[in-house]
Amino acid sequence: MIKGTVLINSETCKGCELCIVACPQGSLSLSQKINLRGYRYVELSQDNCTGCTNCAIVCPDAAITVYRQSKQQYKKAV
Amino acid sequence: MQQEILLDGMECVYQKPATLTDDYLHYCPGCGHAVAHKILMEVVQEMDIQEDIVGVAPVGCSVFAYNYMNIDMQEAAHGRASAVATGIKRVLPEKYVFSYQGDGDLAAIGTAETIHTVNRGENILIVFINNGIYGMTGGQMAPTSLLGQKTSTSPYGRDVEHNGYPLKITDLVAQLPGAYYVTRQAVHTPNTVRKFKKAVKNAFEYQKLKKGTCFIEVVSNCPSGWKITPKETIQYLEEKMFPFYPLGDLKVPGQSKN
Ligand SMILES: Cc1ncc(C[n+]2csc(CCOP(=O)(O)OP(=O)(O)O)c2C)c(N)n1
Ligand code: SF4
Ligand code: SF4
Ligand code: SF4
Ligand SMILES: [Mg+2]
Repeated sequence: MIKGTVLINSETCKGCELCIVACPQGSLSLSQKINLRGYRYVELSQDNCTGCTNCAIVCPDAAITVYRQSKQQYKKAV
Repeated sequence: MQQEILLDGMECVYQKPATLTDDYLHYCPGCGHAVAHKILMEVVQEMDIQEDIVGVAPVGCSVFAYNYMNIDMQEAAHGRASAVATGIKRVLPEKYVFSYQGDGDLAAIGTAETIHTVNRGENILIVFINNGIYGMTGGQMAPTSLLGQKTSTSPYGRDVEHNGYPLKITDLVAQLPGAYYVTRQAVHTPNTVRKFKKAVKNAFEYQKLKKGTCFIEVVSNCPSGWKITPKETIQYLEEKMFPFYPLGDLKVPGQSKN
């Protein structure tokens, strides 16, 4: 499986959980921590992200940046 | 999209479009307005038209859309966004012009402007965010509220006797000869967001070809007005909203219903 990862802006995330619903891998979960505006924010909690971008596409607050292995990298790895 | 090399040599495959400002969005958690803003700005970035587009913001929760969309924008009086967009397009015909309006704005106070703008076939895009409620003012019933829907002005649920029927204004405008492309989309899942984005691209391509009015309804949510969580709005949309407001094209080029 191609490997990916996400960076989540914990200060602009509002904890709406729409990304959690959209993630086919179950990689995301709501943190117990609270940001400056008072929202629990989302974190990457599993090491199984494929970089599919689903979470970022539905995020209203554009809080998610997604990274993915390139095809060449993936080929090298397997 | 910009390809950055970072994180173990992984490449960036999604980031916030540069055409959105860095302002903190005032919308409630999970609000579809913010998704629609983001997708509009992604299209502006991908089509490279940031300097060639003018948007018109409405009155409603998206009244501050001009703070977030990093393009030329004009605020309109309540309901008048499509009339203001008409004026802008006529003075600046080479610019892409769109209005962005809620259901109270477009389908209640602005019904006349909406219908006449489309009937004249103004060469603009109208983006219509239908969340079935007046979000900004505290969740009052909108013309688009569903039968049985509880709002602050229909606390026992909307009923025909008192409140009449919900207005499918998109079906109505699709009947007008000036309408070139009319479609109903959503932004609650990755797939619906992708389809909405494609519709926006289509609309701007048609505008470039001076085809007439393009009208995109987004069946959106309002977790605060509906008094449910953002997650629960997904189910509400699918079980309640889409059966009454089915997603898909209402009028596509070459398939006129008239
Ligand atoms: C002339 C005028 N009448 C009434 C209002 C009060 N008002 C502000 S927003 C709004 C309705 C907003 O609903 P909608 O267009 O659906 O936008 P939403 O907030 O749901 O996105 C109303 C009635 C106003 N600002 N101006
Ligand atoms: S990129 Fe895909 S797999 Fe990774 S967290 Fe987002 S939705 Fe889940
Ligand atoms: S969709 Fe965005 S704002 Fe909502 S919880 Fe996920 S990262 Fe936060
Ligand atoms: S009141 Fe409704 S429409 Fe307005 S920002 Fe909140 S969720 Fe969005
Ligand atoms: Mg509304």
